[in-house]
Amino acid sequence: MFDKEKLKSVRSKKEEWDCGPVEKVCAKFPERRPTFTTISGEEVERLYTPADIADFDYESKLGFPGEYPFTRGVQPTMYRGRLWTMRQYAGFGTARETNERYRYLLKQGQTGLSVAFDLPTQSGYDSDHPLSMGEVGKVGVAIDSIDDMRVLFDQIPLDKVTTSMTINAPATVLLAMYLALAEEQNVPYNKVGGTVQNDILKEIICRGQYIYPPLPSMRLTVDLIKYCYEHVPTWNTISISGYHIREAGSTAAQEMAFTIANGISYVQACIDAGMEVDSFGPRLSFFYNAFTNVLEEVAKFRAGRRFWAKIMKERFGAKNPRSMMMRYHVQTGGVTLTAQQPLNNIVRVALQTLATAYGGAQSLHTNSFDEALCLPTEEAVTVALRTQQVVAEESGAADSIDPLAGSYYVEAMTDRIEEEIHGYIQKIDALGGTLKAIDEGYIQREIQDSAYRFQKEIESNERVYVGINKYTMEEPPLTNLLRVDPKQQEIETEKLKKLRATRDQEVWKAALDKLDEVSRTDENVMPAVIEAVKARATVGEICDVWRNIWGEYRPKEFV
Amino acid sequence: MTAKKRVKVIMAKPGLDGHDRGAKLLARVFAEAGMEVVYTGLRQTPEMIVDAALQEDADVVGLSSLSGVHNYFFPRVVELLKEKGLDDVLVVGGGIIPEEDVAGLKKAGVAAIFGPGTRTDDIIKFIEDNVSRS
Repeated sequence: MFDKEKLKSVRSKKEEWDCGPVEKVCAKFPERRPTFTTISGEEVERLYTPADIADFDYESKLGFPGEYPFTRGVQPTMYRGRLWTMRQYAGFGTARETNERYRYLLKQGQTGLSVAFDLPTQSGYDSDHPLSMGEVGKVGVAIDSIDDMRVLFDQIPLDKVTTSMTINAPATVLLAMYLALAEEQNVPYNKVGGTVQNDILKEIICRGQYIYPPLPSMRLTVDLIKYCYEHVPTWNTISISGYHIREAGSTAAQEMAFTIANGISYVQACIDAGMEVDSFGPRLSFFYNAFTNVLEEVAKFRAGRRFWAKIMKERFGAKNPRSMMMRYHVQTGGVTLTAQQPLNNIVRVALQTLATAYGGAQSLHTNSFDEALCLPTEEAVTVALRTQQVVAEESGAADSIDPLAGSYYVEAMTDRIEEEIHGYIQKIDALGGTLKAIDEGYIQREIQDSAYRFQKEIESNERVYVGINKYTMEEPPLTNLLRVDPKQQEIETEKLKKLRATRDQEVWKAALDKLDEVSRTDENVMPAVIEAVKARATVGEICDVWRNIWGEYRPKEFV
Repeated sequence: MTAKKRVKVIMAKPGLDGHDRGAKLLARVFAEAGMEVVYTGLRQTPEMIVDAALQEDADVVGLSSLSGVHNYFFPRVVELLKEKGLDDVLVVGGGIIPEEDVAGLKKAGVAAIFGPGTRTDDIIKFIEDNVSRS
């Protein structure tokens, strides 16, 4: 796109500038640091010029929004048509309390729900299981059976909201409950919209909420994808997640690379199960983090979109452009929040929101300023939601599509991150794919090394973190923190006792037997799971059927 | 002069919480500081943690929790250690722990709580100053 002669001239003038005025100033006033790097450790130049993107070709690298390779966004009008979905992840205590918080958020202008389940639910244990001790209702809502699910969505019509559920190993079970509930509300499956995370690989890599070994876990993932393709056409069947990889310590490029590597594994698994890439491709979705270094994040999102489009088209032969679109949710960076001077976190979240808007996300959760200390209070959640609304409606960031495109810096950084992603994918392919790379600890080690490097940079003061290693001060502890009633477990245990005593034992037993039978064949488990939840089988009971067949996953630890 | 015995640390994740960035990072930093470290992995019950401390003849047990269950798990580990006669094991904790919970945890026998943003060398120094090498 650039004229060769002119590029040559830019290069030589840049050299003159470097050796002339820059050197002169630096001799008198040295720069603040010998090198400048992003939070991921990417070196940043003093100045970017056309010479840094010499082979830039507008049409092949960027194209137009809604068109291949989707660098500029997945929809033709992006936020000028409709703003991103503001979707705050929430859930705590009982289904009743969480239902109240949902109805509050919807009233405040939130446009989609996002369910946080407690850890027992996420690990497939009932509230009365010994391992659930102390955890019931803590980091999310406790759901044991369809009875709880009914309360959770009380007075919320399932054809009017979309619901995202952070659930992975037992994703089939919670989706089954949601579908059974839709039936009760007389909402047909094709009017039900939402997402299940259903991404077991990142649980194994870094999030820890796994149950079964990788292969049977992947089978559940694929069964859910296939069932939705056939029966719940607008459901997002998986949210392939880099968020937790970043939280665990990875760089921006690693976050995107390992997420795409996992994505490749899921696509391959679906194809191996006999599905056409364009049948399930359009329903795949992604989930990323946003840190405070705005330009690096924007470059990451653009590079990821472009790379995924190429993978789907070139590697998997997708024909439908929708299969090539990387649609994604973003959550602002939990680990970027400080317990020190917590109000500063509002500013961090605002910058992360800006990065998300410039990056072209489809939905966003903004963290609350008190989350390095506890679950967020209602006040903190409201500020977090308002932050999105200010960026969306006051800053102008949503008014023109991909407004940072063409910046020498952003395009150079986009290219560089894309190259890094490519390098990681080649490396993982050479190792024999993601499952192999995980089994050998390669991905885990890469993430841990980055976490370690970052920690060392903070402790050596190489990198400034406001309130942590610079501008620190004495302050009184934050009070009025949100507390979950410690009696939660008793309440849930009582409910379970009643459930077990009052359900139709024969129907319940027959449904679990059927599930056991189906799970031992190649048949899709989803219909049997739906019957089981309707028969009021609990999350723990259903997950136990599979524990008996497949056993439990115990990871090797790579420290 | 005989060489000082190396400090042995059990790093443990009690409960179902999967956030282990901090635990793994500290395991590495402690090892670099010359300590011997055993990381238990996720989903440990207090009984499992105390068994590990007993078997490994640990001097220190480090507990990490980010899911809000510290008030249940941390005191329970201290209690079980005492029951097994491991009174001299130094128990320290970290994670997402509100300031107002710290006094109660200390009263229950947790020697220190290290919240987000703590320098790792401060933790190492605390351990070296307070561990009883038996």
